[in-house]
Amino acid sequence: MSQNDPAVVKGLIIDDEVLLTLEEICHACSVEATYIVELVEEGVLEPRRHGELADQWRFPGTSLRRARMALRLQRDLQVNLAGVALTLELLEEIESLRSGLPER
Amino acid sequence: MIDGLVMEFKDYYKILGVNRDANEKEIKRSYQKLARKYHPDVSQQADAEERFKELGEAYNVLKDPEKRAAYDQLGPNWQQGQEFRPPPGWDTGFEFRGAGAGADSRGFSDFFETLFGRGFDASQRATGLRGRGEDHHAKVLIDLADTYAGAMRTISLQAPELDEHGRVRMRSRSLNVRIPKGVKPGQQVRLTGQGGPGLGGGPSGDLYLEVVFRPHPFYRIEGRDVHLRLPVTPWEAALGATVKAPTPAGPVELSIPAGSSGGTRLRLRGRGIPDKQPGDLYVELQIALPPADSDQAREIYQNMEHELGFNPRSEMEAKA
Repeated sequence: MSQNDPAVVKGLIIDDEVLLTLEEICHACSVEATYIVELVEEGVLEPRRHGELADQWRFPGTSLRRARMALRLQRDLQVNLAGVALTLELLEEIESLRSGLPER
Repeated sequence: MIDGLVMEFKDYYKILGVNRDANEKEIKRSYQKLARKYHPDVSQQADAEERFKELGEAYNVLKDPEKRAAYDQLGPNWQQGQEFRPPPGWDTGFEFRGAGAGADSRGFSDFFETLFGRGFDASQRATGLRGRGEDHHAKVLIDLADTYAGAMRTISLQAPELDEHGRVRMRSRSLNVRIPKGVKPGQQVRLTGQGGPGLGGGPSGDLYLEVVFRPHPFYRIEGRDVHLRLPVTPWEAALGATVKAPTPAGPVELSIPAGSSGGTRLRLRGRGIPDKQPGDLYVELQIALPPADSDQAREIYQNMEHELGFNPRSEMEAKA
């Protein structure tokens, strides 16, 4: 990878079909695993195959955005875990209200 | 310190909305309050990210007695945004612990860097697993049409990097990125190997792009579905019609069933965001009334009143 690579880089959409390991989430968020485990225990993140060993957890791709938001809220606003969980739920509700028609 | 550099003065007290004699508690309280208001994840204000960064910078200085004392040395007569050149030797007699600026000071202003130096958290890199480079994050702004067709974006990135003397400098580079078709708001796009360089021959980290959609004047996105409010005339709704309607993939002929009313929703299956399971496009009809701004138009309305005998509130009156 050179300084100014003119080549076109193709990206992979991290949607819910992409499953991320605990290690991938930690690395992408630059945090130790304990932070992510806390978010799982609080129900902020829900890995598939929950209940098994943490290194067998597989997180749906959208978990990454939630994890990063949760960590930012904790870090920037000193919100505790329960507060983070509540804030994320309210933010999601606002988002869906804002996106227009509430009825499905 | 950088010599001869001219920059804008930052009034940290004004930014935090406190008096110059505010105590630590007042400063903290004011910061917390404003931080909640302008946090980019919470706030909808367009300049929230900028404001939040500014708050962080102001708080970084004013919460730290050493930095605050050094800052206060500059005197109370500076105005926010005023052209600023640091007086020679302004910081003699002050010593800052450690790196001075602190680990979280990336992205602070030139003003801050000139006064307190540029912070860099070298320890963060060292914790990377197996010497893999850090994952980086950036945002990319796209239009709704881009997710229908796929798009190319050239993005400019700046990342701190250690040079051969172990000093921090910002490295700029640009990347040509193909935005994949079917990406949805808030989703991340992973560019493998485009993050920070690895340590000790380890692989590079990844770059995650968070996709943000530029607000569109008439489309709204909800997950994979797209919503559109389409104005129609009363006669188009009542009698049925075929009208031209815009869709993100280009205009279509849309047939309005007779007997439609305001709020009627039509679903155009598969015309939402493309995907293995493409979303739908929902068109909500909005009845637009012609203005009664001429004798002729008024006469038509009066005729309708007399001829139709229509009472839209009959159901309400029956229940009242």
